[in-house]
Formats: sequence, C-alpha cells, structure tokens
Amino acid sequence: MATTTQSPTGQAPHDALAGGQLPRWAPWACAAGAALAAVALIAVLPVDGRAQTLLLALLLYVGSQTAWSFAVEGRRHAVDRLATTLVYAAGVVALVPLVAILATTIVQGLKVFDVYFLTHSMRNVSPLRPGGGAYHAIIGTLEVVGIAAAIGIPIGLLVAIYLVEYGSGKRLARWVTFFVDVMTGIPSIVSGLFIYTGLILTLGWERTGFAGALSLTILMIPVMVRSTEEMLKLVPNELRESAYALGVPKYKTILRVVVPTALPGIITGAMLAVARITGETAPLLLTMFISASINFNAFTGPQATLPTFIWDQIARGTPASLDRAWAGALTLILIVVILNLMARLFGRAFRVK
Amino acid sequence: MTVTPTTTESSSAPAPSSPIRGRSRRRGDQVFSTLSMLAGILVLAIMAGIAIFLIIKAIPALRVNTANFLTTSAWLPDNTPSVFGIAALAFGTVVSSLIALLLAVPVGYGVALALAHYAPKRIAAALAFVVDLLAAVPSIIFGLWGLAWLMPRTEGLFAWLDTHLGFIPIFHNTLGVYSRSLALAGIVLAIMILPTVSAISREVFVQAPPAHIEASLALGATRWEMVRMAVLPFSKPGMISAAMLGLGRALGETIAVALVLSATFQINWHLTEPGGNTFAANIALKFNEAGINGQGALIAAGLVLFVLTLVVNVVARLVIARRAEFSGAN
Repeated sequence: MATTTQSPTGQAPHDALAGGQLPRWAPWACAAGAALAAVALIAVLPVDGRAQTLLLALLLYVGSQTAWSFAVEGRRHAVDRLATTLVYAAGVVALVPLVAILATTIVQGLKVFDVYFLTHSMRNVSPLRPGGGAYHAIIGTLEVVGIAAAIGIPIGLLVAIYLVEYGSGKRLARWVTFFVDVMTGIPSIVSGLFIYTGLILTLGWERTGFAGALSLTILMIPVMVRSTEEMLKLVPNELRESAYALGVPKYKTILRVVVPTALPGIITGAMLAVARITGETAPLLLTMFISASINFNAFTGPQATLPTFIWDQIARGTPASLDRAWAGALTLILIVVILNLMARLFGRAFRVK
Repeated sequence: MTVTPTTTESSSAPAPSSPIRGRSRRRGDQVFSTLSMLAGILVLAIMAGIAIFLIIKAIPALRVNTANFLTTSAWLPDNTPSVFGIAALAFGTVVSSLIALLLAVPVGYGVALALAHYAPKRIAAALAFVVDLLAAVPSIIFGLWGLAWLMPRTEGLFAWLDTHLGFIPIFHNTLGVYSRSLALAGIVLAIMILPTVSAISREVFVQAPPAHIEASLALGATRWEMVRMAVLPFSKPGMISAAMLGLGRALGETIAVALVLSATFQINWHLTEPGGNTFAANIALKFNEAGINGQGALIAAGLVLFVLTLVVNVVARLVIARRAEFSGAN
C-alpha cells in the first residue's frame, strides 16, 4: 500500500515498477511487416496461392509480435498478446464459412432463380434439361412446416407452462426437464425412423406430408420448450401474486397474465424453432418421400419440400439439375435467414423490460 | 420478499382441505393443469416410444443376420444369407466426429472468449448474430457447399499433408485422390458444430464470477491471466459439456455427411482417401432402396446411433447439471 502505483496517469516517466511497453502502433507495424515479408517470401519459396500467402502472413504476424513483446515487455505480456491474437483469429475463422456459404449460394443460385423457377414444378422435366422449378417444393415446405408448427408450438407451450407454473419441484418435472434437454440432441434421422417405424410400419400409414410434419414436430418440441421456459421464468412473480390476490383462477392467470407478458419472447422462440425445422432433410426422406409434382394434400401421397427437392436435384447430378439445386438452396436460405432476422428484430422490438 | 409465514410459492395449489376454499377446485384449473402435465408426459412418452419402436422393428433383421452385428463391415442385409454389421459405420461416425471436435473445439472456445471477455460489446453482438446464423444454415446447404466450394479447396491441403506428413498413416494417401473423404466430412462437421460449442461455452464464460475477474485484474493480471485463473477454472464443466454436445450433434448429422462422402463399407485409416460412411448418412442413402431386411438393418443402425447420442447427451447434461448445483451453493 505504501508504494504508489502510477499507472492511470499514463504520461509517467519510465519507472522501475512498470516494465517496458510496446508502442500503440506495434500490432499494425507487425501486421504490415508480416504482409510484406509474406509477399516477398512467396515470390522465392516454391509455393503459391492466396491461402498460403495469407497463412504465412498470419504466422509471421503472430511470431513477430510475440517475439517483440517478449523482448520488451517480458514473458507474461507476450503470452497475453499471443492469446488475444488467437482469440480474435478464432472469431475471424468463424466468419469465413458463413461468408463463403452465403456468397456461393447467392452466386450459384441466381443462375436459374427467377419467377419461372418459383412458379413451376418438376413434373415431366427431364434431369438433363433446364427448366422446371421448386413450386411444388415450396408448397410442400409451407404445408409441412405449418402443420408441424401448429402441433409443435402448442405442445411446447404446454410443456413449458407445466415446467414453470405447475411442476416446479416435482419429480415428474425434473424428469421432463432432463429429457427435453436430451431430446434437443436426438439426431433428426432418428426422429424420422421413429415416425416410420411407429406410424408407417406399425399402423400402416402412407408416406405423406403429415407424417413428415410429425417427425419435424419431435425436433421442434424441445427447442420450443426451452425458449418458452426461459421466457416464462422472466415473468415477475408479483404479477402472478396480484392476480391470485384478486381471486383469478390459476389457469386464467397463466393464460391472461403470464403468457401475454412473455408473448414476444415466446413468438421469437417459435420463429427460431420454425426456422430450424424448415431446413430439415433427413427425416423427411424417410417419412414423406419425394415428389416431382404439385400435391396440395398433405394427407395423401408424397410431397416435396425444399430440402428434399435440393437433395433430389443433387442426386441427379446433371449440370441443369445442379443449377436447380442451387436455386432451391438460395430459396431455402432466404426463407431461413428472413425468419431468423424477423425473430431477432421482433424480439428486440418487444423485449420484456 | 415477503416475511409473512404463509407461503407465496406460486406452484403450490391450496390444500384441498383448506377451510376457506372448501374442497371444490375450479374445473378450468383442473383441466388446464392436467393438460399441461399430459404434454410433459408426452415428452417422456416420445423418448420411450423411439426406443421401443426401433427395438421392435430392428429385431427381425438382427435375427436373420448371419454375421456378427458389431464386428462386420459389410452391409448386405437384403442378400441371402443376410450379412451386415456396423463396424465400418461406427468407425466412420466416430472418426469424422472426432476430427470435427478436434477442429471445432479450440475455435469454438476462442469465439466464445472473444464474445464474452475480449471483443467490445457492439462487435461481440454482431459476431454472436453471425454465429447464430451459421447454426441456422440447413445441413443440406452445408453438404452442397462442402462439395462445390470446400472440397476443391481442401484437396491441396490434403495433398500437402500427404507429401510432408505421409509417414503418419492417417495422412497417407495411396490413391492420389483427395476428394470425398472422411477428413473432408470432418471439416464440414466442424463448421456445423462450431455454433453449438461456442454458444454453450459462451454461456458459461459470461457466468464467471465478476468478483474473481475484477480481483485478478486488480492484482495486475494480464487479460489472459485473468481468463486462465478466474474464468477457465470456473467454466471447465461447461466447456466439457459444450464439447460433448457438439460431439452429439456431429455423431447424428446426416445429410451433409451423406453428400460429401462417397459411401464405402470399409475401415480405412487413410483418412484423406475417398470413402467412409456413418450411421446417419448410411440410413439416408440406403433407406429408400432397401428391402424389408434392409430397412430392419438400417433401423438397427439407427438404434445404435440413438443410444450413442443419448449417452453423449446424458453425460453432457449431467456434467453441466453438477456445475449448476455447485454454483448454486455459492
């Protein structure tokens, strides 16, 4: 306590307590030096390519900065700088795939993505020929996801209400919480197998859009429960207690006070859950098969959805069908990204204070 | 909050023998609470139903199988005699998932640290949104992109590994063909599980006790020392379960893997050579062309996958639950 620590004044002259420090421009200098050195080295080394140059520059940057810092600031600060660089590098590395995926999908997808593509089905279109579209798949996606949401959202809501409002502390509720968590990790193909074995093999159902929707419901319920649960827990207890004090029955308190208060958050969660199941392929291949024609009826005969449409077009493997696959991918990614953005914006606009 | 002796617990319904209320509970209440409890039971029923139906429908195929289910690599369930086993599938599933884990876990932790303790708020929010968006990309698009964009860009890397580190069997490539391999599937899976790993570890990183963080900074720790001494020890169980939940997702991923691999039923340690297969990908690829036995065999494989992911998920949840109890005691 007796010794003065004079760090905040900044301008303090070099004293014995504070060690040396790299100038503020050090990282930039290292980066510039590394870039130049990398370009120079690539010219003489027997390798080439943008990726290699970038990698070499990165290594040189990290190496030179750490060495410089080690010499001036000592081991601890050198390690700190190294860690900071690596942490930010991880952030950049995470960006690369998303940018690449979006860019590739947009560039490749725009080749045949137009009004014709969105308004025509694949009926009587040869895989070798251009033309055709994803109209039937868009209808299928809307119907199947709509049915799955119509079943999954109320069930998820009820489970969450049970966990937060009725079950807290009960053994059953603990089991349900645990298995909801475990259920989030079920592979999607397993839910498809379940519907196939349970409804199609055992009960003799057809492979229809409805069966596909049920397999998506299983994937949706745990996501819905978790997000709704979080939102219901945020509703202050005072609201519930004032309602009880006024003699309002518990179910009415839940339906008229608790759920409306949490509604924006619940809707955000529901939209994210819908976005998640919109892109599912695997369970639908087993439960609703694929169709090239328009089928408005989700209860008889196979239907296509956008993901299974893409799967089918990739499997054909011709240039024309690959173009269609990319256009389908663009349609799908647009739907998913728009749903995500809407959910975020909605959640932000109506956030519970 | 209240100091009245009567309980304010919202969940406890008034006792039926309460002298004020009498015995009659309102009908609406009864209906609604039963309904919500049934929904909860439905979740348990679905989990039980998955196990039961998969077992029932897998048994007939397993009965006629003339080979050892666990040690056979071949997959010819519709032949007479029926021959199939999961050895190659298990190998491919585990290897591709481990590659994914190896790549995604360090990056995921790094992203989570950047979000929780390094980046300024604005940048952190933007980065978090981007990572969430990555989680929302459908797996079929990962597969398509993996084939069209990633594969040509990794062939050079795999060839380089072969020439320089070829003395290690897993990098050696006897064919000179570097496409559609388990290694590529592992990289695609790594990208797919990155959001899972980073989102969950971020959640535990931000929960690190601020008192510890401020104390270590006040004692003159650098930021990394603060992270190492205050954040990481506290977060260790959460980090482990983040990795395990990522593993669970990688094990069960179907379509992306089915697209990038060229399916074979062999155990091949040369990971950059074309070939390999996983439980989930095999089901998606073979299901619609399989006969009765073939479907039964695929259902059996699905059952193994279900059990595998169940074990991984349960262990991950137990690890994180233990931490919750521990921190709750503080």
